[in-house]
Amino acid sequence: MTLTYEDVIAKYEPVLGLEVHVELNTHSKMFCGCSTDFGGEPNTQTCPVCLGMPGALPVVNEKAIESSILIGLALNCSIAPFSRFSRKNYFYPDMPKNFQISQYDEPICVNGYLDVEIDTEEGIKKFRVEIERVHMEEDTGKSLHVGGATGRIHGADYSLLDYNRAGIPLVEIVTKIVPGTGKYAPEVAKAYVAQLRDILRSLGVSDVRMEQGSLRCDANVSLRLIGAEQLGTRSETKNVNSLRSVERAVRGEMIRHAELLNKGERVVQETRHFQEDTGLTRSGRSKEQAEDYRYFPEPDLVPVAPDAAWIEKLRESLPEHPSLRRARLQEQWAVPDKEMAAMLNADALDIVEETVLLGADPTRARGWWLGEISRIANESGVAIVELAITPKDVAQIVALVAKGDLTDKLARQVVEGVIAGEGTPQQVIDSRGLKVVSDESALMAAIERAIAAQPETAEKIRNGHIPAAGALIGAVMKDTKGQADAARVRELLLAHLGQPNTINP
Amino acid sequence: MITRSAHEMSAAMVKGEVTSEQLTQLHLNRISAVDQQVHAFLHVDTEGALAQARAVDAARSSGEKVGPLAGVPLALKDVMVQKGIPTTAGSKILEGWRPPYDSTVVSKLKTAGVVILGKTNMDEFAMGSSTENSAYGPTHNPWDLTRIPGGSGGGSSASLAAFEAPLAIGTDTGGSIRQPAAVTGTVGVKPTYGGVSRYGLIAFSSSLDQAGPCARTVLDAALLHEVIAGHDAHDATSINAPVPEVVKAARSGDVKGMKIGVVKELNGDGYQAGVRSRFEESLELLAKAGAEIVEVSCPNFEYALAAYYLIAPSECSSNLARFDAMRYGIRVGDEGAASAESVMNLTREVGFGREVKRRIILGTYALSSGYFDAYYGSAQKVRTLIMQDFTKAFASADVLVSPTCPTTAFKIGEKANDPLAMYLNDIATIPVNMAGIGGMSLPCGLAPEDGLPVGFQIMAPAMQDQRMYSVGAALEAALLTQWGSPLLSKIPALAGSK
Amino acid sequence: MSQLSRSDVANLARLARIDMTDAELDHLATEMDVILAAVARVQEVATPEIAPTSHPIPIHNVTRPDVVSASLTPEAALSGAPAQEDNRFRVPQILGEEA
Ligand SMILES: [Mg+2]
Ligand SMILES: [Zn+2]
Repeated sequence: MTLTYEDVIAKYEPVLGLEVHVELNTHSKMFCGCSTDFGGEPNTQTCPVCLGMPGALPVVNEKAIESSILIGLALNCSIAPFSRFSRKNYFYPDMPKNFQISQYDEPICVNGYLDVEIDTEEGIKKFRVEIERVHMEEDTGKSLHVGGATGRIHGADYSLLDYNRAGIPLVEIVTKIVPGTGKYAPEVAKAYVAQLRDILRSLGVSDVRMEQGSLRCDANVSLRLIGAEQLGTRSETKNVNSLRSVERAVRGEMIRHAELLNKGERVVQETRHFQEDTGLTRSGRSKEQAEDYRYFPEPDLVPVAPDAAWIEKLRESLPEHPSLRRARLQEQWAVPDKEMAAMLNADALDIVEETVLLGADPTRARGWWLGEISRIANESGVAIVELAITPKDVAQIVALVAKGDLTDKLARQVVEGVIAGEGTPQQVIDSRGLKVVSDESALMAAIERAIAAQPETAEKIRNGHIPAAGALIGAVMKDTKGQADAARVRELLLAHLGQPNTINP
Repeated sequence: MITRSAHEMSAAMVKGEVTSEQLTQLHLNRISAVDQQVHAFLHVDTEGALAQARAVDAARSSGEKVGPLAGVPLALKDVMVQKGIPTTAGSKILEGWRPPYDSTVVSKLKTAGVVILGKTNMDEFAMGSSTENSAYGPTHNPWDLTRIPGGSGGGSSASLAAFEAPLAIGTDTGGSIRQPAAVTGTVGVKPTYGGVSRYGLIAFSSSLDQAGPCARTVLDAALLHEVIAGHDAHDATSINAPVPEVVKAARSGDVKGMKIGVVKELNGDGYQAGVRSRFEESLELLAKAGAEIVEVSCPNFEYALAAYYLIAPSECSSNLARFDAMRYGIRVGDEGAASAESVMNLTREVGFGREVKRRIILGTYALSSGYFDAYYGSAQKVRTLIMQDFTKAFASADVLVSPTCPTTAFKIGEKANDPLAMYLNDIATIPVNMAGIGGMSLPCGLAPEDGLPVGFQIMAPAMQDQRMYSVGAALEAALLTQWGSPLLSKIPALAGSK
Repeated sequence: MSQLSRSDVANLARLARIDMTDAELDHLATEMDVILAAVARVQEVATPEIAPTSHPIPIHNVTRPDVVSASLTPEAALSGAPAQEDNRFRVPQILGEEA
């Protein structure tokens, strides 16, 4: 009796809210000089401050403030002339001070928006996602649960704590509720996170690697009966660590809520955890009593009051907004909408642009990255950026083809060789002996051999049956191991048999 | 030698009359002789102190330039973190903890060649006015061992009065330097908030805490003030400005033409008769020295105590959350399948004393949703009003003065079960912390009715700490002339002392 | 008039992670009433137009440059740990949300 998605949207309107936590890529932590490098040995990147030792005091990382302001500016926010830090008090062993330094009633950036586009069967649709706030806070340490059957927290015998991640700067970006997405809620959620990620990447403020947790999304979902005013009870799904999961989590929660509501049951306001394997969410441990965070202004830190000059300096350093950049490149390169969508979907915009900037023709560059290279990437289950081929390699290959030094077929072998780690395009060409045979006497000899082998075919051509040339050209190509330029072979062959070269291959 | 001022000890070392090692040993001997009665120290670092002293002697004899307090011994309040030295803040929960780092104050002391003798007793986490709240037993007032030495820095001030050390470090959140100074007949200064780094000071109430110098003379306090003060990049609330010229002020002691404002609200009902008479007498001496005495009114001071007992508990409820048995300190109840949560609960139950729990619960309440505005929020507004009172008062006076405490030292145990009566001790010192300004207490005589020291408080605007030293030095000189010898020469001898 | 009941104080003790016996809770509830009555005086003058003060000295924009400085060694970091294993702090089982 599971509801279908169509059943859900026929009756209910979803209301979205998204909270994204972004780890900034500063060198040092939010409040101390410990390194933020990923993957260090346990507790080697800790000090009295980030271990919450008695007497230690925080001092704010200037770069973290600047990154937060840049994010706010890119999201069309107002930068608060006066903002400050607060303490969010609750006990948890991975949080050394048993309070998190965060921002509460006076965040650094407020009231912005991000316009997102999704590709639907009705064409491109635009949605404005309003941003409520952008605020700074610190990350917690990591715990390793030992013993018990599952290796998870429940049933563990004890836990081991590593505070290397404690105090890593985080920026939390909170949307207002996003109503009116209708059936597109899951896609809007995904597109919002994807475009937010692009902006953060273009700003250079974060590695935005969802799989490493440097970008994490909490999706709040509630349903209300279509036409009703009253918002429904929301659930907050955490642990969503891929774009696809954002979409799945929202869709899954919509169905789960609708099933409860249809049965006349209540949706419980709670935290839920997304299960990557099943695509379902699982209830977090429900708290018997509501947590009371007892926020108050952090007395160890002074207010942040960025003056206009500082903000303007940062505004001037803003890179081109990703949506403007997309529009510009699409126009410059004359890319049709569908192919533009495909390029974005494959995360290929940056790499194609780089290739073009190295001199390659945009259509050819796009053709290689979305064609042969994407095919190989798909087969090996990795992203194109993770392959061993670079924009420089592709630009060289495009140039060699344009010069006639490589045929498309040879070029594909070069691409394959570069990806296989055989070196630069030139090294692959040299080691595999991939040279276009341009020596005309050698070609003529091969043509003679082909004619000798297939005299009847040659005769047909002499009699004006030009399509028959394909068989002889094929034989010459085979003879030269594909290293000849087929167009030139055709020219020479037809001239040799006294026929005009009328049809381009 | 040990009854001299730090300044005189330093001069003796310069002249070669004594080495730092000898001086340090004399103080260690004194501690051995009398500290069983006084209990000023929680930990004495005999080896470390002698090693430091020998290093200073070596530097001096090799012709190296050393600071004015190099080689002088000092007692450090146990709330100040010192690398490798047991640091408890008077609490059982930190028993056995040896910090892996130095506080900025300790770093500066070490750089200046000041010899750290050990850690002094205090009310647990600096919460108290009598040092009775120490988990390690009370400190006794050397003037009368049945009486309290004040608090929370009772150990530091008592060590000065007992000649166990010529200098000490205190911290002052609501009077914890000045009130112990007052009741032990010593000098104590709370500098402007942000004047001395709080890095490595175990926090009680972050927006009120301030470390400062304790000594037996105003000049000694100034010399120590200059050693520990100054901007620190590790403390975001540290003031980035030159240190006020306190030593110069203490040396000149000039009050001619200065306007001294007597705070009407901090003198009168509730103040012991002998406290008032000594205070009035001091005002006359200052007038004779050329100051103009005026009266000022600070009507909102009557709300300061209430606001303090909301702000300080609120901040401490959060500051003390880190003591959870996970990373350092004692751990209780980690048996069988006990959870982290239950271990935290048990450890904090056992590890914290009654006053600390009382304040944590009060602060937790004042910050909780639904009560925040009425309590914490209102207290922060009172703070604004108190600051406005000070601004107005300083418009008509260069410094403000009052008795430091309403009474002389009370008996140990006398107020232990009446928190509100205990809190009243700090009525005259708390406004200074609320406004972040500087405050000094210096001895102004003995109350005739009980023969116990009375403290005279001087308050100066933020970053004008030198004014307290000018007035303090002037009053000290006038009193010395009147008495013929320092007040501490009248202290009863302790058993075991020569 | 009693402001705080035993269960109110029990809830505060839970938030503050301090185990308390019923006797302690009762005693504290009584004390809290007395103290709260005294500190509630702040409400007499705390009118809406007064701005609250959280920091006594008005300074702002105090930051540090984004420069890495030396961390503690793991030995120093763990030197006070009640229990440790493999350079990590060992703590009893955590009954809480899965992180
Ligand atoms: Mg957050
Ligand atoms: Zn650190």
